[in-house]
Amino acid sequence: MHDAAYFIQLLLSGVTVGSLYALIAIGYTMVYGILRLINFAHGDIFMMAGFFMVYISATCSLAISIPLVLILTVVLGVLIEKAAYKPLRTAPRMSVMISAIGVSYLLQNLATYITGGIARAYPDITFLTKVMQVGGLSIKRITIITPILTIVLVAILVVLIQKTKIGMAMRAVSRDFETSQLMGIKINSVISMTFVIGSFLAGVASILYFANYGQVSPMIGAMPGLKAFVAAVFGGIGSIPGAVIGAFIIGICESFIKANENIAVFSNAFTFALLIIILLCKPNGLFGEKLTEKV
Amino acid sequence: MLKIENLHVSYGGIKALRGISLEVPDGKIVTLIGANGAGKSTTLRTISGLVKADSGSITYNDQELLGKPINKVLEAGIAQAPEGRRVFPNLTVLENLKIGAYLRSDKDGIERDLKWVYELFPRLEERHWQLAGTLSGGEQQMLAVGRALMSRPKLLMMDEPSLGLAPLVVQGIFDIIRTINEQGVTVLLIEQNANMALKIADYAYVLETGNITKSGTGAELLADESIKEAYLGKKKK
Repeated sequence: MHDAAYFIQLLLSGVTVGSLYALIAIGYTMVYGILRLINFAHGDIFMMAGFFMVYISATCSLAISIPLVLILTVVLGVLIEKAAYKPLRTAPRMSVMISAIGVSYLLQNLATYITGGIARAYPDITFLTKVMQVGGLSIKRITIITPILTIVLVAILVVLIQKTKIGMAMRAVSRDFETSQLMGIKINSVISMTFVIGSFLAGVASILYFANYGQVSPMIGAMPGLKAFVAAVFGGIGSIPGAVIGAFIIGICESFIKANENIAVFSNAFTFALLIIILLCKPNGLFGEKLTEKV
Repeated sequence: MLKIENLHVSYGGIKALRGISLEVPDGKIVTLIGANGAGKSTTLRTISGLVKADSGSITYNDQELLGKPINKVLEAGIAQAPEGRRVFPNLTVLENLKIGAYLRSDKDGIERDLKWVYELFPRLEERHWQLAGTLSGGEQQMLAVGRALMSRPKLLMMDEPSLGLAPLVVQGIFDIIRTINEQGVTVLLIEQNANMALKIADYAYVLETGNITKSGTGAELLADESIKEAYLGKKKK
């Protein structure tokens, strides 16, 4: 029999993993909301952020490395958009999607080439990894910090989108490119802004994830990226609250499945089975925009 | 004054406009009538900068607009209420109006113009908190016009404001067009409802398959036999 402390520990670890998925999932869902594009390279941006940290922290202190990593990740995200997606703005959606898959492989192979394919140790961010004792539970600080930081960032993002002028422009552009342009909105700056936000959050997730995981390898972005993508679809792609809630649900379920040794091996399978079930039963996800609307 | 000279536009090899010329003098209502596919919307879209022209010129107060980005055309004082309303259904009525003033930063001026739009369309003020997607067709058209007015345009271009609306609602929209014009806004109106359009227009052009085939004052064209036959539903004898 397990006690309540064990249960809480599992729940906490699920919430933490879910938070990381949520931070990544927002990047998927926002880009989809505006460009109707699944940015397959997003998981690899997350991976690249990991390597940025490995290399930068070799020469700089963490106080410099962390902001620098976030800035570089944002720059990478925006560059990818400008180089691989923007030229295809009027091309069929499938072309952009293939371009995204291409960027994903490019980043993975670039990382393999530079690192020789060997996993690199992630710097120890002691501030995050320190173990604390809370009411009989021993937990890493990161387990508490991750969900709190995620909720704060999501709250800021929601305010940005609902209350500011650029947020209003983003919502307008997500519905109608042409009319948005007629209002004087510069579509390309709004799209860039989306990539800035998505990449920034992926960068934050990367620091929290690898600080806990301890090492970075070129293919490591794929699985968290896919899980976050499933979370975004589960919540209804295009919807930010949907992505966050989807991510928490998947994170918590995974945590409990992994804890049961009989079914632990199926934890990934569970996530993707969930994707199939959602697509079959509720293709728009939990909070997805309805396809029909009054015209 | 808006002046179009010898404008050619094509979409992927198909000629949509074959050298049209027209003028919209300040303070007037000018209408462009014609059948589906005649090139009316293309004309507006080219003025706004959404479509690239092959050749010709579009000047506004002697300033060339062709080749300018869309936001510069808007800054020059030309706004468009596009065909099919195209309000942002996921934004509230108030947000739709605010986004019409996207390029402006004069807070007091925006506030003043918001009051002005609410005076023109009291219904929009009643519903300012509602999502635009939940409005009726007529209300959405009011919103589309109000949104365009929020940029404080000197010239308002309207693409088929009567499309899909009940006759009574159409009458209301045309009354508003006249009111807006009396308050100093020049109007370039595109309509398939030629009867209504010619009645309020100071000057009118008839567009047929990319060419301007006739022009005259609204009253002249209303009395024109061939126009009556083609656009006003009068039966051939």
